[in-house]
Amino acid sequence: MNIRRCGDQALLIDVGDTGGIDAVLGLYSALSDPRPDGVTELVPAARTLLVRFDPAVIPAGELVELLRDTEPVPSHAVRGELVEIPVFYDGADLAEVGKHTGLGADGVVEMHTAAEYTVAFGGFAPGFGYLTGLHPKLHLPRRAVPRTHVPAGAVAIAGEFTGIYPRSSPGGWQLVGRTEVPLWDPARRPPALLRPGTRIRFREVR
Amino acid sequence: MIEVVRPGPLTTVQDLGRPGLAALGVGRSGAADRRSAALANRLVGNLDGAAVLETTFGGLVLRFRQVARVVVTGAPCPIRRGSRGEAMNAPFTVWPGDELTLGMPTSGLRTYVAVRGGIGVDKVLESRSTDLLAGLGPAALRAGDVLPIGRDECGPLPSVEVAPVPDPAGFDLTVRVMPGPRDDWFTPEALRTFSTATYEVTSDSNRVGVRFTGPVLERAREGELLSEGMVPGAIQVPPSGLPLVFLADHPVTGGYPVIGVVLTDDLPVVAQARPGQSVSFRLVSAELPAAAPRAVAV
Repeated sequence: MNIRRCGDQALLIDVGDTGGIDAVLGLYSALSDPRPDGVTELVPAARTLLVRFDPAVIPAGELVELLRDTEPVPSHAVRGELVEIPVFYDGADLAEVGKHTGLGADGVVEMHTAAEYTVAFGGFAPGFGYLTGLHPKLHLPRRAVPRTHVPAGAVAIAGEFTGIYPRSSPGGWQLVGRTEVPLWDPARRPPALLRPGTRIRFREVR
Repeated sequence: MIEVVRPGPLTTVQDLGRPGLAALGVGRSGAADRRSAALANRLVGNLDGAAVLETTFGGLVLRFRQVARVVVTGAPCPIRRGSRGEAMNAPFTVWPGDELTLGMPTSGLRTYVAVRGGIGVDKVLESRSTDLLAGLGPAALRAGDVLPIGRDECGPLPSVEVAPVPDPAGFDLTVRVMPGPRDDWFTPEALRTFSTATYEVTSDSNRVGVRFTGPVLERAREGELLSEGMVPGAIQVPPSGLPLVFLADHPVTGGYPVIGVVLTDDLPVVAQARPGQSVSFRLVSAELPAAAPRAVAV
């Protein structure tokens, strides 16, 4: 675990490749509830956890010591509630993904619905979660030319992740399906359905 | 009530933003020049979290339908209340029917208008801020919008006639930067260039970030950096090699290496930098101070 300075009010913990996403989620959980005094924001990402703090409440040196003493929550204990997402598998890239992987469209659907996923982190847009647990056969690069308009609810894959666009936006992920489940509602507490640690299963609907 | 007669190039409602929600993909947002926004609230006796108007490059015209105590801070611009002139950083009273007009700033970029009680638009996730990147909060103001005045006073009016504030510099700016967290992705030559060269603010800058032209910063290593958390003031260097400083509406995470982070105290300077203005970055120590010795229980 490597702690880097990120300006005068943040530190970046880099867990490296060994710990990976589980280590980030474990640290995020250990520091989330309750947040240590003076820690104002935690941003989990693929290999790092950004810790923003108020130096008037906790000096940087003290925070570094606290972070070094923090035991990550073991990955099995991080897993949150299980959410089932019904999906119409009619995405614009499904046929192409089927061809590319050699699985065929039906095979892609079967593989995508077979796994259980975990929200590792967000950050692309409010309510968007990067879901880990995608079968390695479905690890595909992003589209060479991103779409200027991906509709809300689009279920997509890219790299080692799968995810759902919470609102229409530009995007370069491969679209395999769509869901009507509302992912983001500012009036709901919490507003995001998918939060770091939430587990997901996709179910095919026709 | 306040009627927006003309919004100018861009006027948004801003408060202190939405801290603590980054893990859900929601950035902090809030006033780009937090110092000027805070001063504006204090001069009319508002809570620090009251909402103000942030207007870029002047041109804002408001018509008041009720009496209000008002102050203008930030980028200094001519202020007219009806046919009468008013001064920056000096609270004044606006009467029903009065039109308040902000001209083009003489230096700086963003001017703030605070009203006693604050702008009372509805909150989204505990904040009235417009986040242009995430699409949260009220839309940028349009002609004909009517804004309620809120109840975010924090006591009697302060007895200040004018707050002494230096204007944002209209010439070359120097900004202090702490190197890291990914300065090791750049060649020593690039770091030298970054801290000695002069960069120029480009016109495709906004509340998300300030873009620069100048010498290209070369990477010491290739490959992709996995997405990681970003802070305001983070200086991201995309494949173009040209730096970009994130402001209030920055993305929560990003995938390009951050060569350094502007000190919090210098961020208002960046937020007031105009297209065409030159900026030099001065590196300061990123060493972590030793922890204060812990008290020993006896």
